[in-house]
Amino acid sequence: MFRIDFNKLRFLVCDDNPHMRRILRTLLHSFGAREVYEAEDGATALEMYTHYVPDIVITDWSMPIFDGLELAQMIRQPESKGNPYAPIIMLTGHSEKRRVTVARDAGVTEFLAKPISAKGLYQRILNVVASPRPFIKTKTYFGPDRRRNTNNAYIGPERRVGGEVEVLQQPSLLDKARSSI
Amino acid sequence: MAKEKPADIKVKTFATHKVITQPNPLRKVLRRVDERDFDDPVARAEEALAGLSGEFKSWMLIEADRLSAAHTTMIKKGLSNETADELFRAAHDIKGDAATFGYPSAAAAAESLCRIIEHAPDLEKVPAELIKHHINAIQAIVHNHTRLDSTKLASELSRKLRGVADEYLMHVNRDRPEHLEAIMAPSIVPGE
Repeated sequence: MFRIDFNKLRFLVCDDNPHMRRILRTLLHSFGAREVYEAEDGATALEMYTHYVPDIVITDWSMPIFDGLELAQMIRQPESKGNPYAPIIMLTGHSEKRRVTVARDAGVTEFLAKPISAKGLYQRILNVVASPRPFIKTKTYFGPDRRRNTNNAYIGPERRVGGEVEVLQQPSLLDKARSSI
Repeated sequence: MAKEKPADIKVKTFATHKVITQPNPLRKVLRRVDERDFDDPVARAEEALAGLSGEFKSWMLIEADRLSAAHTTMIKKGLSNETADELFRAAHDIKGDAATFGYPSAAAAAESLCRIIEHAPDLEKVPAELIKHHINAIQAIVHNHTRLDSTKLASELSRKLRGVADEYLMHVNRDRPEHLEAIMAPSIVPGE
């Protein structure tokens, strides 16, 4: 059985709502995290991202100045000076399936619809810690592999060319770690 | 963790894309524990959240007042992107937060209001009463929350508001299939 050493992780939380930031801070500290940095808008979050180099970003979608989607797109710049690979968990009140797709296409690693729960947040963090996906770079996308599963029954045209299957196998600790919840 | 050197990154180039892999930089934070380890971080966090619950009522009042203020500003200053955005943001925050604060019916009414703002083709043509009823309902749900008979009534109120709002949205979007599809799509969040 596996546990996460939260005290070794550095979080950046971005939400314009002070109540939600307080809840997130409370949950993360209860998990054991010590380093939790907070921003109330996307611009501040981007500055803090470069300065503090967090291991995991948790961001709201709807925010002033620029939103969580734009924040994700700015972090996912392969040529940027900062780390473009950090896991991004989008925590949002948007609860429509099409929003999940839009967030995924912006490079978001995990999507968590509000209302927030301790279990939901823990599971998303566990996913990004124990089972990171490879990154894909195309002409129009840079971010975690958007395919979580290999579908052997798929018979449509392949959008990617070049035998990707050989590189998509990653040793996963997720199933073992899940048993710890 | 964050101060450590970045792990080796390997890039495989294909015809249409590159696949970039690196040893899991966060693997070191996973710790094997004994099966008999009774530490439960989720239970600990739920307990801490329960410890905050004494503040939820006042937080909810602040959120509901912010929504009413945004509505008042929209009436006074007129409809603009700015006033509509603030109304949407206030409703959207309640939609996301209220269930956590113990007000799921307020969240449902706020979601209905968000859908009106998001999917009405012309917000200026939305009957003023429809928006006002949503805001009044949220205020009523929040202020009468502690009454023993309020839970069922609040749930019924938000359900009826959603029915009226959906009927309106279906009608005004009858020639906008992309909006109709979004309106009719099920939520990814389980209902109350």
